[in-house]
Amino acid sequence: MKKFLKLFFYIFFLTPFLTQVYAAEKVEYLTTDWSFKGLFGKFDRSALQRGYHVYTEVCSSCHSMKYLSYRNLAQEGGPEFTEAEAKAIAASFEVTDGPNSDGEMFTRPGKLSDKFVMPYENVKAAQAANGGAYPPDMSVLVKARGGGVDYIYSLLQGYEDPPAGVTLDDGVYYNKYMYGNKIKMANQLSDGLIEYSDGTKATVEQMSKDVTTFLMWAAEPHLESRHKMGFKAIVYLIILTILVYFSMKRIWSRIETKI
Amino acid sequence: MSDHEYTPKSNFGKWFNDRLPLLTLANHLTDYPTPKNLNYWWTFGGILTFCLVTQIVTGLVLAMHYIAHADMAFDSVEHIMRDVNYGWLIRYIHANGASMFFLAVYIHIFRSLFYGSYKAPREIIWIIGIIIYLLMMAAAFMGYVLPWGQMSFWGATVITNLFSAIPLVGEGIVTWLWGGYSVDNPTLTRFFTLHYLIPFLILGLVVLHIWALHVPGNNNPIGIDVKKPSKDTVPFHPYIVIKDAFALLMFMIVFAFFVFYTPNILGHADNYIEANPLVTPAHIVPEWYLLPFYAILRSVPDKLMGVIAMLSAIFILAALPWLDTSKIRSAVFRPLYRQFYWILVADVLILGYVGAMPAEGLYLLIARVATAYYFLHFLIILPILGFKERTLPVPLSITEPVLGGSSNLAAARDDSRLEKLK
Repeated sequence: MKKFLKLFFYIFFLTPFLTQVYAAEKVEYLTTDWSFKGLFGKFDRSALQRGYHVYTEVCSSCHSMKYLSYRNLAQEGGPEFTEAEAKAIAASFEVTDGPNSDGEMFTRPGKLSDKFVMPYENVKAAQAANGGAYPPDMSVLVKARGGGVDYIYSLLQGYEDPPAGVTLDDGVYYNKYMYGNKIKMANQLSDGLIEYSDGTKATVEQMSKDVTTFLMWAAEPHLESRHKMGFKAIVYLIILTILVYFSMKRIWSRIETKI
Repeated sequence: MSDHEYTPKSNFGKWFNDRLPLLTLANHLTDYPTPKNLNYWWTFGGILTFCLVTQIVTGLVLAMHYIAHADMAFDSVEHIMRDVNYGWLIRYIHANGASMFFLAVYIHIFRSLFYGSYKAPREIIWIIGIIIYLLMMAAAFMGYVLPWGQMSFWGATVITNLFSAIPLVGEGIVTWLWGGYSVDNPTLTRFFTLHYLIPFLILGLVVLHIWALHVPGNNNPIGIDVKKPSKDTVPFHPYIVIKDAFALLMFMIVFAFFVFYTPNILGHADNYIEANPLVTPAHIVPEWYLLPFYAILRSVPDKLMGVIAMLSAIFILAALPWLDTSKIRSAVFRPLYRQFYWILVADVLILGYVGAMPAEGLYLLIARVATAYYFLHFLIILPILGFKERTLPVPLSITEPVLGGSSNLAAARDDSRLEKLK
């Protein structure tokens, strides 16, 4: 048994070591008390709702979220708007549908089953409107960046004046957390930029935190059920392991040998 | 194989067994005499079988929802993650399952290396194992391409381009592999087909691997031949079954931890960016389990030589039973080999580490030294060690290890002496 614990220790110890290998570029990102981290991590419902607010008011004019539908906003484990609220949100967007029986495309108010409306027709149009840079789709953005939520959270607050000696082209901005420090997105957030309906003060820090939480949910909509199920699964496995351990002891006690 | 003839009790059993001896097989598997001193490093065979079955079952379900098309693959994976019932669970099990599979196979291989399990009469088991390992790498590589993210695309480009190093026909082979002039839809569809096929080839080879194992029986920590059945052995069921089950459950706890709490830590963030042939990622890195070989590939300045070095690093393992000239199997009785063994383990870990780093400066130097040492270990150290090393006395049997015995393996194999001891 002692040997086994040693082995178990190796496995636990070595794998994280191996995974560390990927964290090649070490930048100190800003972080905050993310509610969704940890064994019982859950999303902060009001942060998600505020985050959605920031996304629609600020980000969505350039960034699409093509894998999300309006129905997701009312889903369990998400911002959990009521169905009526989600319907109202969807209806506030104009969706192109068709072709109808005349072969014409037409617009109608959005429905729960519609995907989030895209800000641009296609990638080329998005590039043309943004000085050649494509504002990435935000559906899985958090998972597509090395630093994850901390990276996005930092980036939104990382704008500063370029240090002496760094010259920036037109339409390029300095951000201390961006890879290479040059970013084509201008600083978007400023204190009091939007007005939260729940009365929370819309500081840059607050908005960054809320919108990043929203993006985390968008990338991992089933995070809450994953954490819940994971805890149950692991507790179940531990109990079963203990039972099997004692069965094993009992069976092996029939012969004189150590295991 | 087993020492006694098995006859089913019921008439129907007899009738059936005469026509298809399934019951004899089942009886052989449960009664199979196993050395009773097997430690927990031996449980990874069972764990690997579990990994293979898990990959096949989850893969089957994923294939029902996945679309192998360059324009739709990425979307279909997100569809699985969001809208398929428990799709996220199945995909995370499959993706992390590949890593757990390799973790287990590396432990399994290094267990063989430590206890000399590849030596006579187990060379065929070992070689089949190496083929399985090769197929695993092929399956894992192609599986990583399927989500059609940036690392999928560029990993596929880098690896398939290795074939262009072959003189004269190289370029033609690459075009043939791609099914066009770049990695594109035809590449994706054929990779999907092969990714679906290979696990079943592995399954077949696993049957051969176990069959070949059941001829001489298991090696064991002291590496001596065991008379079977004897008081040195226990029947596979229930002794080994329950022990394997216990180890498997411990393994599953680690597995579950990855799946439920850090499902993306073993993957690369860039693979959540849809493949874009026009944008090359800053660093193209394979999955962690291929990194040592990637380091060897990059440590050689010449492309063709690099590919040869990388392939040799794997194929050299197949020659291991003949490169290791020592008659003693277990490193327990080989004080010098034991030290070189741990150096090799460290060497492979270092190769893995530098494989993830950019191939420049100090990293490149370390990679070169570590690559050289890797080959040195197998080609020079092992053959010489067999002749020069003063091994410790090997016990005559598992039950009487304290009797001192003799350093002479021939004596240890002598059954008549074993009988006298009883």
